[in-house]
Amino acid sequence: MLIKIKKQSDICESDITSESIYLKRREILKGLGLATAGLAFPGASQAGILDYFSKKTAPIKDRRQSLSGRVNASYNSDWELTPESKVISHNNFYEFGMGKGDPINKAQNFKTEPWHIVIDGEVNKPYKLSMEELLKLFTPEERIYRLRCVEAWSMNIPWIGVRLADLIKRAQPNSNAKYVAFETLYDPQQMPGQDSRRIGGGIDYPYVEGLRIDEAMNDLTMLSVGLYGKTLAPQNGAPIRLVVPWKYGFKSIKSIVSIKLTRQQPPNTWNITNAREYGFYANVNPDVDHPRWSQGSERFIGEGGLLSVRREKTKIFNGYAEEVASLYRGMDLNKFI
Amino acid sequence: MIALFKTVIHLLAGGSFIYLYLLIDSGAFGADPVKDIIHFAGKSAINLLIATLLVTPLAKLTTYSPLNRVRRLLGIYCFIWATSHFASYAVFELGLDLSLLSEELLKRPYLVLGFSSWLLLLAMAVTSTRTMQIRLKSRWKQLHQWVYLVAILIPVHYLWSTKSEWIEPLIYIVIFTILLLLRHKQILNIFQTLKLRESFR
Repeated sequence: MLIKIKKQSDICESDITSESIYLKRREILKGLGLATAGLAFPGASQAGILDYFSKKTAPIKDRRQSLSGRVNASYNSDWELTPESKVISHNNFYEFGMGKGDPINKAQNFKTEPWHIVIDGEVNKPYKLSMEELLKLFTPEERIYRLRCVEAWSMNIPWIGVRLADLIKRAQPNSNAKYVAFETLYDPQQMPGQDSRRIGGGIDYPYVEGLRIDEAMNDLTMLSVGLYGKTLAPQNGAPIRLVVPWKYGFKSIKSIVSIKLTRQQPPNTWNITNAREYGFYANVNPDVDHPRWSQGSERFIGEGGLLSVRREKTKIFNGYAEEVASLYRGMDLNKFI
Repeated sequence: MIALFKTVIHLLAGGSFIYLYLLIDSGAFGADPVKDIIHFAGKSAINLLIATLLVTPLAKLTTYSPLNRVRRLLGIYCFIWATSHFASYAVFELGLDLSLLSEELLKRPYLVLGFSSWLLLLAMAVTSTRTMQIRLKSRWKQLHQWVYLVAILIPVHYLWSTKSEWIEPLIYIVIFTILLLLRHKQILNIFQTLKLRESFR
């Protein structure tokens, strides 16, 4: 029997509210944040200021809808998960600002409906899909993957998504298709980082990424449409984003509008921004340090507050060597970073 | 008047700890605030270094010499924030893994700059008392002139630490350049004294 213990951060039916009420509620919560801060101090029973932080869950109610995927238990169903509140509030999405908390705080009005994704390029049958059509054509699966950021932190996330290979096969790639290029939505009115170099960290937009065709067709490679039993929140790359678990997180491009099969290796944003530090492959590799920090270990973001720091050894290909090491046979992984 | 200035400094520089607490508490940094805490503390330290270096030129400009009496307080707050910056990196980011910490501090150029700056600030903070000032005599001034080196290292540390943004670090470089240019005579003097000493050997 499955016993579901309701967590504080879980959302029940009664929480579903209209957008205007939801926005007002956020304002009130913001005010409360200030009011409750004072409550932290007087309690003599409080173990300490640093422990107090750990009890916090994100106070933001969101517009996510419930979404279930067929659980694929072969993908590490027994792993300890990163709490949902951290998955949805610790994000790199420079389109909404460079701080880790900026995306959740600035992306809540991001419009993801209607949304279309185009698959074209070196294919016989290019096509365009709405999110509804996509979910009708392909059955989503739930898989627990480890996300390893190039900044040396990691999370275990229960993603819901479809295999990228299935979408690509439907378009019937021709023999020239050697690579796959992805592109994020470009909409400076909605994404303040695209509008201002200062907010967007001085990188060129739209954000673009790419994979080799064999990487794209690998069974691990997913297009995610949800996590933790819900559709994606804007800060996590709603409504559809890539998940390539053996590569650093920046490869997993968010809010995708275009997938194009190409002959040549497509450019990728971080490589354009700083080629010395970020390559095209970006495979997780503890033996090749980032020029400015060690990649030998990572800070796993799990339960607990500031003082429950968990440094763990980084694994080659983020622990997915069995599935993907063969893709790089004969390649010098020190050179192809 | 000076008491008023000092109160304002306590409110701003000390109050920033409360502000940081509120930012974390309200979720502005997300549920994993480590990176943002490190950044906030570092920025506070840089701003306080600027404030410290502004005192002398301002006192000269306004010919209000008692102003110099707030310099030490600002310097100490700068050290406190720099220490919080370093400590939050060592504790919250690395989990106080000392072997990793020492390796990183020696290996990464931006950390070499940051850590040496912190050591200089430490030396200045522990010698900041009146007693130490008297005991060290003329050496006290020599020691505290190392703050000019910190003013060069710190904006570079910031620039080298960022992933892609350079606008803000560049603004800091400009500010520190101006602050150092305002003292170009003093700085040239330091070099001349050094040269003189060399020639006497």
